[in-house]
Amino acid sequence: MENKNKARNNFLTIVAVIIVIGALYLFQNSSIDRYYIRILQYWGIYVIFGASFQLLYGYTGLLSLGHAGLIAVGSYTVAILTLEPSVKAISYLLRPPSPLIANVQIPFFPALILAGIFSAFFGLLVATPALRLGGDYLAMVTLGFAEVIRLLFVNLPALFNGSMGLRSIPQSANLVITWLIAILCVFVLKRLETSNYGRNLLAINEDEIGAEALGISVFKYKVSSFVISSFFAGIGGGLMASMLGTIDPNTFKSTLTNAAITIVVLGGMRSMTGVIISSGIYTIMSEYLRVVESPIVLGSFKFPGIPGARVLIFGFMLLFIILFMRNGILGDKEFSWDWLFSLFKRRDRKPSIVETKGGEQ
Amino acid sequence: MTISSFFQFVVLGLSLGAMYALISIGYTIIYGIIKLINLAHGDFFMLAGFTAMWAAIAYGVPLALALILGLSFTIAVVLIVNRFIYRPLRAYKMAAFTSTFAVSMVIQASVIIFMTARAKGFPHPAFLDTPIKIGNIVIPMVTPFIIVIALLLFAILTFLVNNTKIGTAMRAVSQDMEMVTLMGVDVERVIAFAFALSVAYAGAGAILWGMRYPAFDPFIGVVTGLKGFIGAVIGGIGSIPGAMVGGFVLGFLEIMLIGFFPEYTNIRDIFSYVLMILFLLLRPGGIFNVKVREEKV
Repeated sequence: MENKNKARNNFLTIVAVIIVIGALYLFQNSSIDRYYIRILQYWGIYVIFGASFQLLYGYTGLLSLGHAGLIAVGSYTVAILTLEPSVKAISYLLRPPSPLIANVQIPFFPALILAGIFSAFFGLLVATPALRLGGDYLAMVTLGFAEVIRLLFVNLPALFNGSMGLRSIPQSANLVITWLIAILCVFVLKRLETSNYGRNLLAINEDEIGAEALGISVFKYKVSSFVISSFFAGIGGGLMASMLGTIDPNTFKSTLTNAAITIVVLGGMRSMTGVIISSGIYTIMSEYLRVVESPIVLGSFKFPGIPGARVLIFGFMLLFIILFMRNGILGDKEFSWDWLFSLFKRRDRKPSIVETKGGEQ
Repeated sequence: MTISSFFQFVVLGLSLGAMYALISIGYTIIYGIIKLINLAHGDFFMLAGFTAMWAAIAYGVPLALALILGLSFTIAVVLIVNRFIYRPLRAYKMAAFTSTFAVSMVIQASVIIFMTARAKGFPHPAFLDTPIKIGNIVIPMVTPFIIVIALLLFAILTFLVNNTKIGTAMRAVSQDMEMVTLMGVDVERVIAFAFALSVAYAGAGAILWGMRYPAFDPFIGVVTGLKGFIGAVIGGIGSIPGAMVGGFVLGFLEIMLIGFFPEYTNIRDIFSYVLMILFLLLRPGGIFNVKVREEKV
């Protein structure tokens, strides 16, 4: 359907992005508590994690449990490539840094791109054997990958400084940069998902044999969607390393994979708007539920914290959503300007959210 | 490496393999029947061992009773999970798959909250520690004990699957579920039985594991579950003899790696993983070359 309001919508989108970024810029330079800025920045990064996971999970219909491993690859790439050689010389205590990396230092943005490329490369390595037998084995193979990558970090101290991790990573990614990149990733992924490519993925998801019969190379599409998803996970990981400034192998436990899954399941299988909303919910929830895990002192009473409570709550939440609201918050509905304007139009027409193209759930 | 230490490693490898095989069986049974990889399988392994241990340590339940308690509790949990989570989701493949992952999260977190996050020593009868001496070889009693018990359990399983009514029904369901439904078999009961069986074997594996490696923590299910899966892939997923052989092969090779190259002890998990990748690339059907059926869409 030709959209008559295309020019207006594009204009509004650009204005909205400028307003959001401007607001974030003001926010960043105000005297507000750094803690809230950190939360907002986490939100932006989780948007990238969620959006990259959604391509695989919601479109191709594959479950990967290796997102944490791919994020780790991106994080370590950025960390190693942006650390100053002098800092490397001091902080590699277990072994002197390997000559491969000892004197390398490149600016943040090329490092970020390389982070995506490295993650994509590892994605290719993992996905090719795992997807040869359909998609069933992918979850376990990627889960193994996430474990193995952590073992590699620990056991190759000359490259990754073992379990000590890396410190004093230049914190180039501030709030504005993080969100600019997040918005860019969202647009690229959404464009991809609504293109022919994305429809082919959906066709595979709906009916693999039918798609194959139509001449879609199922294997190639599955692998390439995994690689693209890995690329963006790596970008998100690079941003995370730059935000945290300190990473070690334990930063990349399965919590990050849980986050990606929860965000997509909660937000809606094919809704980018849903991912953005649910990453916000996830970030805030996981931040405030921290309270439950740490001890609370009320007057003379001391309540011990409940470690593991967050995982339990997120696990039950995931089960609840899967069982009782399988479409998440938005399913495959997407925010659009047309929908927004239709709210203000004549009341006798039922306002409806304009759906993106996509199959039935 | 001397002949005697080689022999010692063989025995160690077989006992580790026996425990892997007990886990592998569960993946194969469930995948063979409903084409679902139960991502929580490793956590059911952990749950069985952990509840048994917890009952014995925290409440002083006699060991034999604690083991039975741990096993039956875990079987009860898997039956509830199957009835109220896996079964309603069976028609939705991705949702079912994701739910097994969520179940894994919930089990791990519950064990941490209601029991403990720290590794605890597994209680075991003293006779298992007595060393056996054959010539120059010294092995603790527990190693051959594990192999014998596991072989016994495999014999029972083989008999169960091949010679009983419910075993025949299981094989039939894995062949063609719709047809079997038409023949008047209660498919849901067969699936519930399969889940109970898979968890019972993993639980037995967990108990043996606890007696061999006394440190047992709530995250043990992640890596051991993965090893069990690798064993199932090596043998060929869907084949029960394949899972047994695959588990044994994996455990054996891991111990041989440590035996011949002690400096690689830290990376044995990487080794197993690479082994699985090689199998997937070069022989996806596993040792038994199981015909991988095209999934029904």
